[in-house]
Amino acid sequence: MKTDHAIDACNVSKIYGAGARAVTALGDVSIGIKQGEFFTLLGPSGCGKTTLLRCIAGFETPTSGTILLFGRDITHTPPNQRPVNTVFQSYALFPHLSVAQNVGFGLKMQGKPAAEVAQEVERVLALVKLEDFADRLPQQLSGGQQQRVALARALAPKPEVLLLDEPLSALDLKLRKEMQSELKRLQTETGITFIFVTHDQEEALTMSDRIGVMSAGALMQVGPPREIYDHPVNRFVADFIGETNFLVGQVDGQGLRIGSGDVIAVPLNGQTGEVTLAVRPEQINIGPAGTGVAAKIIDMTYLGTDTHYTVALGDASTLVARVQSNSGASLSVGDSVGITFDAKAVQVLAS
Amino acid sequence: MSGTGKTRSKGANGWLLSAPALILLLLAASGPLVIVVIYSVLAKGDYSGVRWILSGDAWFRVLFEKDIFDGTVSLADANLSIFWRSVKLSLATTLITFVLGLPTAWFIGTRPKTTRALWLFLITIPFWTNLLIRTFAIMEVIRNQGLLNTLLIKIGLISAPIQILYTDTAVLIGMTYVYLPLMVLPLFAAIDRFDFKLIEAGYDLYASRWQILRGVILPIIKPGIVAGCILVFIPSLGAYVTPRVLGGGKNMMIGNFIELQFGQGQNWPLGAALSTMLLLIVLVSLVVYTRASTRGGPHG
Repeated sequence: MKTDHAIDACNVSKIYGAGARAVTALGDVSIGIKQGEFFTLLGPSGCGKTTLLRCIAGFETPTSGTILLFGRDITHTPPNQRPVNTVFQSYALFPHLSVAQNVGFGLKMQGKPAAEVAQEVERVLALVKLEDFADRLPQQLSGGQQQRVALARALAPKPEVLLLDEPLSALDLKLRKEMQSELKRLQTETGITFIFVTHDQEEALTMSDRIGVMSAGALMQVGPPREIYDHPVNRFVADFIGETNFLVGQVDGQGLRIGSGDVIAVPLNGQTGEVTLAVRPEQINIGPAGTGVAAKIIDMTYLGTDTHYTVALGDASTLVARVQSNSGASLSVGDSVGITFDAKAVQVLAS
Repeated sequence: MSGTGKTRSKGANGWLLSAPALILLLLAASGPLVIVVIYSVLAKGDYSGVRWILSGDAWFRVLFEKDIFDGTVSLADANLSIFWRSVKLSLATTLITFVLGLPTAWFIGTRPKTTRALWLFLITIPFWTNLLIRTFAIMEVIRNQGLLNTLLIKIGLISAPIQILYTDTAVLIGMTYVYLPLMVLPLFAAIDRFDFKLIEAGYDLYASRWQILRGVILPIIKPGIVAGCILVFIPSLGAYVTPRVLGGGKNMMIGNFIELQFGQGQNWPLGAALSTMLLLIVLVSLVVYTRASTRGGPHG
């Protein structure tokens, strides 16, 4: 077994209930997560990402398949015997224990001597910058501080893998941004493998070394953020990660005939028949009428650095284009324009 | 301007609205209590009642007895043993109801919201029937020719009936039955508020089931435990019907002993002094217990 993998999930399925009422939460998922990696499981709610995380934590036992931790089979090992710790979405801090006692809980349960526990608690609290709060109770802390305590508590026993179940979802935007870079820093400093679950694609793109996109209990695509964003393998991934325009068309010679009758030059890999074209808003160029595909601006939204233009093509299908506001072009609603795509940037997906 | 007038009248209204309750508390609760305390320091009437003469005789007799022949004073063993038995039986009742009540409350607390109401309803059913009748029903179960003994003989566990009725065990069974709901309800209220994610957190952080129970669940539901223990211990200590019916004449508890002084014994001051003594025991145990259970916290 490859030992550079911290976690290997091999054909893991989780089915709740039986018979006609059975619900498949995970269907035959296989994934390898490398040691020291910041890996994100990304998907909409109900896609099975949390179930997979809970199988790794030991709170759920897969219906079939195995889970390996550095090559050791831990599928049936109870959570309190797995060197894996979890940061819970609701934090689940012990309300009757002080911050220091919360952080020291795992070490104490492992039977570490009191002096060592105290020393470790101090070290980890310094790591999350909460040294001055050791004697407080959790309810005396702000949401962001509770979040740090939850992190410190899970990091204190030096787990081989740290699992994070949507830990930032309860924080406001500004705090969330702060915690994102904080998490990344902690991961680099400790060198621990992080498995992070989120439904927030931006969060996933910012923090992860690799992302696994999930939908309906299956893994759609696994890869670095850039690859997932630039080369989505299917419409679901393209749609879920970032904003995407989809154009359906028929392969016609060297190009694609879209609904409006225009033929667009796209890189085809032998596809024929009906295909879907995925174009990011920033990959659409708006030029003067007569260039590229004829279109009309029907709406515009000023967003500061960027401006979003909604354009209608000849067949009334619409596309959203993002243009830098200071690009000099003065366009207004009703203008006739011509739009072009960078052929290398668009993705041709099988319908 | 009008605002201050409004708040003032609001405050006055508050007092006015609570006046019936305050008067009731003063007259119905505190009044009789004051009378009991006063009676305890008066002299015994010829047949019953009191004579309005200040006397420490009743209090003396609570704790000591004077030999009728040679006049030597010794501790009132009979009285003290009744107090001791009452405390012992009440503590045992509290402990047993806790041990039985915790899993029950946990069971109800972990049911889905829809069936939970049904289970709580079942717990309160015994309150619908008169205590005396329920106690006689228990008597029917544990008497020598009763349900329990017949069953045990039938399945061959015993050859002759065991004497349970009119023993301390009978009193204990009766009191456990009567007071179990009073333990279950506050425990359930505490468990209902308990965040079950904390169990996963503990399990994730290398704690065993036992360590989670001791280190996470029990400390967090402590307010419920304290309330349940108080609600069971105090009425147990003053129990009257259960020891009277199931304990027979010789297994008296304080309640029965007090009743005896006001009835056959015709010694109202002694009865009053015993009642006041019971009150003091309850107060002291309450103080000691709440002190002990609020100690601890983050650094305990």
